[in-house]
Amino acid sequence: MNRYPRWKYAVILAVLVLGLLYSLPNLFPAVPAVQISSANARAEVNSGVMDRVEKALQQDSIPVLGIASEGGSIKVRLEGPEAQLRARDVLQTLLGDDYVVALNLLSASPPWLARIGALPMYLGLDLRGGVYFLMQVDMQTALDKQLDRRIGDVRAVLKDAKVPVAGVAHEGQSLVVKFKDGDTRSLGADALKKGIRDMGVVQLDENRLSLSPNLQALKSFQDQALQQNVLTLRNRVNELGVAEPIIQQQGADRVVVQLPGVQDTAKAKDILGRTASLEIRMVDEEHADGPSLAAAQKGLYPPGDDFYTGNRDGQPLLIRKQIILTGENISNAAAGFNSQTNEPVVNVSLDTRGSKIFASVTRENVGKRMAILLIEKGKGEVVTAPVIHQVIEGGQVQISGSFTIKSANDVALLLRAGALAAPMEIIEERTIGPSLGADNIAKGMHSVLWGFVAIAVFMSIYYRVIGLFSTLALGANVLFLVALLSLLQATLTLPGIAAIALTVGMAIDANVLINERIREELRLGQTPQAAIFAGYQRAFATILDSNVTNFIAGVALIAFGSGPVKGFAVVLCLGILTSMFSAILVSRAMVNLTYGRQRRLAKIAI
Amino acid sequence: MEFFRLKKDIPFMTYARSTAILSAVTFALAIFFLITRGLNFSVEFTGGTVIELHYPAAVGPAAVQSTLVTAGFGDSEVQNFGTASDILVRLPLQPGVSSAQMSESVLKTLRAKQPDIEMRRVEFIGPQVGRELVTDGAIALALVCAGIMLYLAFRFEWRFAVAAIIANMHDVVIILGFFAFFRWEFSLTVLAAVLSVLGYSVNESVVVFDRIRENFRKFRKAGVADIINNAITATMSRTIITHGCTQLVVTSMLFFGGATLHNFALALTIGILFGIYSSVLVSSPIVLWLGATRAHFIKPEGTSPQGG
Repeated sequence: MNRYPRWKYAVILAVLVLGLLYSLPNLFPAVPAVQISSANARAEVNSGVMDRVEKALQQDSIPVLGIASEGGSIKVRLEGPEAQLRARDVLQTLLGDDYVVALNLLSASPPWLARIGALPMYLGLDLRGGVYFLMQVDMQTALDKQLDRRIGDVRAVLKDAKVPVAGVAHEGQSLVVKFKDGDTRSLGADALKKGIRDMGVVQLDENRLSLSPNLQALKSFQDQALQQNVLTLRNRVNELGVAEPIIQQQGADRVVVQLPGVQDTAKAKDILGRTASLEIRMVDEEHADGPSLAAAQKGLYPPGDDFYTGNRDGQPLLIRKQIILTGENISNAAAGFNSQTNEPVVNVSLDTRGSKIFASVTRENVGKRMAILLIEKGKGEVVTAPVIHQVIEGGQVQISGSFTIKSANDVALLLRAGALAAPMEIIEERTIGPSLGADNIAKGMHSVLWGFVAIAVFMSIYYRVIGLFSTLALGANVLFLVALLSLLQATLTLPGIAAIALTVGMAIDANVLINERIREELRLGQTPQAAIFAGYQRAFATILDSNVTNFIAGVALIAFGSGPVKGFAVVLCLGILTSMFSAILVSRAMVNLTYGRQRRLAKIAI
Repeated sequence: MEFFRLKKDIPFMTYARSTAILSAVTFALAIFFLITRGLNFSVEFTGGTVIELHYPAAVGPAAVQSTLVTAGFGDSEVQNFGTASDILVRLPLQPGVSSAQMSESVLKTLRAKQPDIEMRRVEFIGPQVGRELVTDGAIALALVCAGIMLYLAFRFEWRFAVAAIIANMHDVVIILGFFAFFRWEFSLTVLAAVLSVLGYSVNESVVVFDRIRENFRKFRKAGVADIINNAITATMSRTIITHGCTQLVVTSMLFFGGATLHNFALALTIGILFGIYSSVLVSSPIVLWLGATRAHFIKPEGTSPQGG
């Protein structure tokens, strides 16, 4: 009665081997590495870059353990922290500002493990050190600013419809338009309903109308504002040289920024909190010839100009100081295709004021170039400098040039995201020093280890051979749990390690239940074989019940826990699942293999 | 080896009255301390800044505090954390001052006196985040209770669900009472411990209930109290050993887990100890008093789940 069919042993063995395989990468130490990723749309991480990196390292005779290209970045494993620092300096000079060359720690596990998806567990910031920011986007201010900008639109629509208006004011969440009398008010209402589609028009009294953004417009504005902020933050984080930054939206109006390994928090906060702006200016075509630019490179250029290098083509340019438009006037930007040439372009929409200025400027400057600049901390960068082909009226601008689909998308995003759409405020900050992270790992691991040893000793003495099997099953449970965590790449935090320890302490319950049942059946005079059988069978319902209640608690914690609590709960729930398998099937397999074959079993060691 | 070889059932139910009084008194005391002393909520809930620093040698909190007070951080709170050379500085929320400026200037002030201080950790929690964590925590607690009750009502009977949840709330309140009495810091991790105690110690009641159900089927003539006594006695060995094993790990965390896991392990320890007590001497008597009878268990064949 205590025999498993062969396939069952095979399945259990296979699961054990898989568990071993996927927890294996965690055993390898982390080695210093340098990670190269692209900092902006212009730079691409490809095999050409990899060759250059390899050659440069060879030239400076920096010993390399391995170079691999993974997930859009090049990872160079190095022998020690000294080689790491040297390599970073060499590569940063080689690749320039278009690439982020960051220090990182990478697992020294052999590449074939990574190829089958076996990676070490993903450690949270409290274990590897770094900075965590939760930023709140001030949507109200953003909406207010947006409404202010719409005042011009309202006036323009009414002017086009030739409806006289007494005043437009921003009051609370809406714009209030005042008219002289009821007739002009009703004319104005019709014009506004036609001209401004994303706002609802409501009559306040005889002479006044109120315009407020409809729900859909409000939502899309919020989404866009948040998306812009995320992108801006990402661009800024690139400057910090962080190997694996996480910048993502959380909820409707929050952004999470995680910078593993960053120690200089003051700089991180400074860079994240800065404001950037977009400017559109004219290129100084009178001084665009070779000699003038060569002189400019030496610092000799007209006082009304600024000198910029490194636009998209890497060409130096002299750009007039006078600002035509700022990013405030860009209401949207999207990548698209030119309907005739079918080449990728960037479509930019300007607001009413912007359109007017743009029309008059382009009328006077056909054939000349205008530059779009991103200004951050007083330092400008030319995003693109297209030629004006014709007069552009109506505020729909198409920028064409040597775009690829990807770079068109990036420029569109940059135009949208050059400045923060809405102000942000840090509402939660956690900084963990590297020594604390390492300490936390050691402390957590010691807790698990000594807890496990204590249980193992007790179980083996108290339940003898069966207890030993229970201990081995418990070991298998830890193995499965670690393998699962590595496979899912769930973030492991210190509370997560506590949950592993707790899982060890709680998973043994199933085996205690089974072993107590076996003893009880033996006391009642059952034969050893029958006692084993009854023990496993009868304990099952109880094990299931107790795990379900634990699981309910775990799921509620995942749903409503935040940060450390969530990390704890995820591990706890996974541990419950793996313990069901190991405590029941793995321990039974060992018992069956040992005792199941003996037909006349007189005694079992329990 | 065997610890528990009990020939006779222990008449737990006859002690029920005295244990009920004991429970009621502990419970009332816990509530009293929760109200009068209150929980010492961590920065995560109240909002504020925490800075953990490592000094090259042992340092007195008073000296650090006086440095901070002279620099204008009058409402700072300084204590040793874990070891004598680790310092924890707590600063309340200050309107108008960003977290960034605050932690930097604290560090600058202290480094002016002792340049080789190592920054271990900075935590800043804004007021709205703290409020959210409190509500989320309360929702999680309510959800766990509701989920467990529903499951038990479905799996057994409503009387068991009620008894188990009362026993568990009793445990939770007592843990909180301990934290209030000793003014131990109540952090998010402690909350996680409390909630997992809720899921864990309800097991205990489930195991006893399972046995009660089985006994109702097996011993047709015995009285309800005797059946409960037998169920508790039969499962006692398992109860003590399981909890003992869990406590082994928790003790290991208490010793090796460092300052961060210390309160977490403390909450679990209290939870485990009172979990044993309450599942045996709180939940079972309640089942008895709520009037559970054989008829509640022996449902027509086929509809009742097979108990283990």
